[in-house]
Amino acid sequence: MDRFRMIFQYFQSNSESVMNGICGLLALASVKMYTSFDFNCPCLPKYNMAYGLGIMFLPPMALFLCGLILNRQSLVMLEEWKRPAGGRKKDLAIIRYMCSSIMQRAMIAPVIWIIVTLLDGKCFVCAFSSSVDPEKFVGFANVTPTQTQLLLSKVPCKDDELMKNNPARKAISRYLKCWSQALGWSVLLILIVVAFLARSLRPCFNQAAFLQTRYWSNYIDIEQKIFDETCCEHARDFAHKCILHFFESMQQEIKLRRFNAPREEADGGEGEEDHLRGITDQEQMNELLKSWYYSKPPLDVSQATQRQQPVGRERLSVPWADSLSNRGNAPQKAKTSIQTDV
Amino acid sequence: MDKFRMIFQFLQSNQESFMNGICGIMALASAQMYSAFDFNCPCLPSYNLAYGMGILFVPPLVLFLLGFVMNNNVSVLAEEWKRPTGMRQKDPAVLRYMFCSMAQRAMIAPAVWISVTLLDGKCFMCAFCTSVPVEKLGNGSYTGLSEKEMRRILARIPCKEIYSGQELVAREVAVRYLRCISQALGWSFVLLMTMLAFLVRALRPCFTQAAFLKSKYWSHYIDIERKLFDETCTEHAKTFAKVCIQQFFEAMNQDMGLAHTHSPEAAPSEVGEEKEKLLGITDQGTMNKLLKSWHKCKPPLCLHQEVLQNGNGWVEENQHRNHISLPKREIVTYYSKV
Repeated sequence: MDRFRMIFQYFQSNSESVMNGICGLLALASVKMYTSFDFNCPCLPKYNMAYGLGIMFLPPMALFLCGLILNRQSLVMLEEWKRPAGGRKKDLAIIRYMCSSIMQRAMIAPVIWIIVTLLDGKCFVCAFSSSVDPEKFVGFANVTPTQTQLLLSKVPCKDDELMKNNPARKAISRYLKCWSQALGWSVLLILIVVAFLARSLRPCFNQAAFLQTRYWSNYIDIEQKIFDETCCEHARDFAHKCILHFFESMQQEIKLRRFNAPREEADGGEGEEDHLRGITDQEQMNELLKSWYYSKPPLDVSQATQRQQPVGRERLSVPWADSLSNRGNAPQKAKTSIQTDV
Repeated sequence: MDKFRMIFQFLQSNQESFMNGICGIMALASAQMYSAFDFNCPCLPSYNLAYGMGILFVPPLVLFLLGFVMNNNVSVLAEEWKRPTGMRQKDPAVLRYMFCSMAQRAMIAPAVWISVTLLDGKCFMCAFCTSVPVEKLGNGSYTGLSEKEMRRILARIPCKEIYSGQELVAREVAVRYLRCISQALGWSFVLLMTMLAFLVRALRPCFTQAAFLKSKYWSHYIDIERKLFDETCTEHAKTFAKVCIQQFFEAMNQDMGLAHTHSPEAAPSEVGEEKEKLLGITDQGTMNKLLKSWHKCKPPLCLHQEVLQNGNGWVEENQHRNHISLPKREIVTYYSKV
């Protein structure tokens, strides 16, 4: 548990780390998915290629889309792209940078799937067994073309009756697997060379502009996060005020109804009753809850701060405004400072 | 867990330690990859050599380049190489040191792959089975076969099920022979690599140790400087965003005519603190200029102004020392190039 928390905290330390972490997880998930997938070649002439190529290319597309979806930065980028200019100009270089960074990370899991598929070989053998030249292998001498095609399509299936004892089956299978692995390693080599060149040659091109773009794209990301946090805090204070207001108004109503309520009780027990806010028995609580459901207070806390003003402005629109002047001044200062924290 | 955390922190402490960690992980990954890889010799005369040599050399190349790709110092090196001189001289010795250190670390995983491959023997056997000396090992008088036919038969040595040349050369004999040579090569390779590493390590202090210490220090410095710059930029961006959003909320307040005249008692000092963290960089244009000038004209490696204020006399060759006894420090302390 501790280990998870530490790893979690390390990856949360900045958003790039988070994205790298997600990227790594997707890559591992991709390998695990491949190993647990039960590959099942149909061994029929027309279906082999469709199945083989389908397994080789459809899951990577799904993984790519997953990578885009799970990346928070894609939303930020889209927002930045689509917003009206307003008071802040748009910079296409930043959008391009964010786009390329998102694409690079999203491409890792699909590439790993394709490479693992090629290095394993089953897919390739299934897809291309019918395209092999039968003259290279013994065992197809006196066979008609259609029969040859049928036999070739059965090569990937070890237990098939027709091809079980045919010596050419293993030879063809091995041949195709060899090509598949060679292709896999070549693809991997090309990608790594491209990555290496991109990494080492980037500072040679316009490094100053790159520093600027990287800073501002990071800034946009941070700004979005801080804005969300600010809004959350604001909503919390707003709700707090609103609910306080509601409890107070309930308290007022109950006080008005209780003709023989002793003053000292209300003032003396101020400290303890702060949480109870005057609601002290079942009936009152039920009344409050019913009222909360049937007539919620308006979303407007300006009265709450305004009635703290010593000037006493009367811009009020709620029915229980009359009893407001009875409130003491002591707890109001605290409320004011909460409000302006935003 | 404490141990884990300590190791983690130690490895993260600087780029070199981090790279050592990555290097170790890649070496283990390389051995694991080899055992997970399903070696599949084609057993055809012209394909065997290509496949065998491919598996012997292409993955090490991939691992070597991967070692460079994963090393952040690659872009630091390229940046340092390509930047305009500005106010800071470039030192080719530092660049060479960085490159050598990166290359040494990147070479470990490929060396592990090659050793494991040779010691295992399948690759070598697949590549060279057609070159087995038939006269020595088998029935050399089996003359009924053409050259091509013999090669075709020999090519099937790695594939047990289809080998048909038992009378020509017994399969086990050929396999044992090839494996023996492969393992001998493997151990020689391991010995050679270890000897080289030992010589490099043991003899290096004999050559220009002083220059070496200098290069090592400045290469660490460049790495740390870049990391701190990135961190400072991130902190700056955070503060910038906070202040920007605060001002936005306030502006919205004013726009909507909800002039509360609430005097935020705690707020001005907070806002003031945040504004100070911005170090005077408060708009987009200024920030862009700062970033451009960081690349085009790095500041000199010289902290004379601050040092002399503290009375620290480690700079012997500073002529202005006698003149700056008065507090004239307001002139240049921060980003004067902005």
